[in-house]
Amino acid sequence: MPDFTQSASRPIRLLIVDDSNIMRRRIERSQQIRHLQVVGSASDGQEAIEVFRATDPDVVTMDITMPHMDGIECVEKLVQLKPDVLILIVSALADKATAVEAMEKGANGFLNKPFSDRQLNEALEELLGLATAT
Amino acid sequence: MIDEREIRTFVYGTTQYFEVAAQQAASLGSPYLATQGAPEVHEYTGVITVSGRRQGIVYFTAPRGMLTVLLMKMNESNVSHENLCDLVGEVANTISGNARRDFGNQFAISVPTVVSGASSSVQPPTDCRPVVIPIHWRSHSAKLVVCLK
Repeated sequence: MPDFTQSASRPIRLLIVDDSNIMRRRIERSQQIRHLQVVGSASDGQEAIEVFRATDPDVVTMDITMPHMDGIECVEKLVQLKPDVLILIVSALADKATAVEAMEKGANGFLNKPFSDRQLNEALEELLGLATAT
Repeated sequence: MIDEREIRTFVYGTTQYFEVAAQQAASLGSPYLATQGAPEVHEYTGVITVSGRRQGIVYFTAPRGMLTVLLMKMNESNVSHENLCDLVGEVANTISGNARRDFGNQFAISVPTVVSGASSSVQPPTDCRPVVIPIHWRSHSAKLVVCLK
């Protein structure tokens, strides 16, 4: 797992994947992690893979229920492309089975929708290992 | 006969959205049984279809004004038709997610669909009476309709 606690000089690159435009904008607007820079967004799993290849993000926020390719399948493919990518599932699917399946495919954290700004930032901090470093 | 626990799950999914996303709780009106066909819908409606142990639909229907203010409370300045559709879909998505958590594999719950237009036809099954739960938030009122047999 990459160490982001010492990344003062290099931005941490974030890709946002969600089929909802308002959710993509909300995550971009609400995240307040120092050095976290949004490098792209995608509205389904297929597009996410294309944007991922083009932007090489360190961190991905991933919705689950999306057209064309869902978030679970997309997580699996992104981890194959970059095994140390950090993936935060951001989904309204609140059942434990979905969370377990996402983790088994390679996701690193889970945030339920709806979320407050504080919950989003805490989830990102925890994902990046910054929870005690900030 | 609709189970009170089921209704509570759908209601919680709805009110949770206002409380968490807009940081301002919604309140409930007195639930009632619709007497004549499908309850009237507002401009924007998010619908989920339920099958399995229960069959029917659950929908959240809200006026443009309520959704516009909700978007603004979420710091979203773009209150376009597309974003209002997106928002009502997200509320329905939360209702669906809660139901999957609470009911597990007893129910198969669809991905939400969004219908816009006050005259749009959202058709519950003909052989069950919909339960209507008024949802009040700020000066606006919406409805959660549960029609399961």
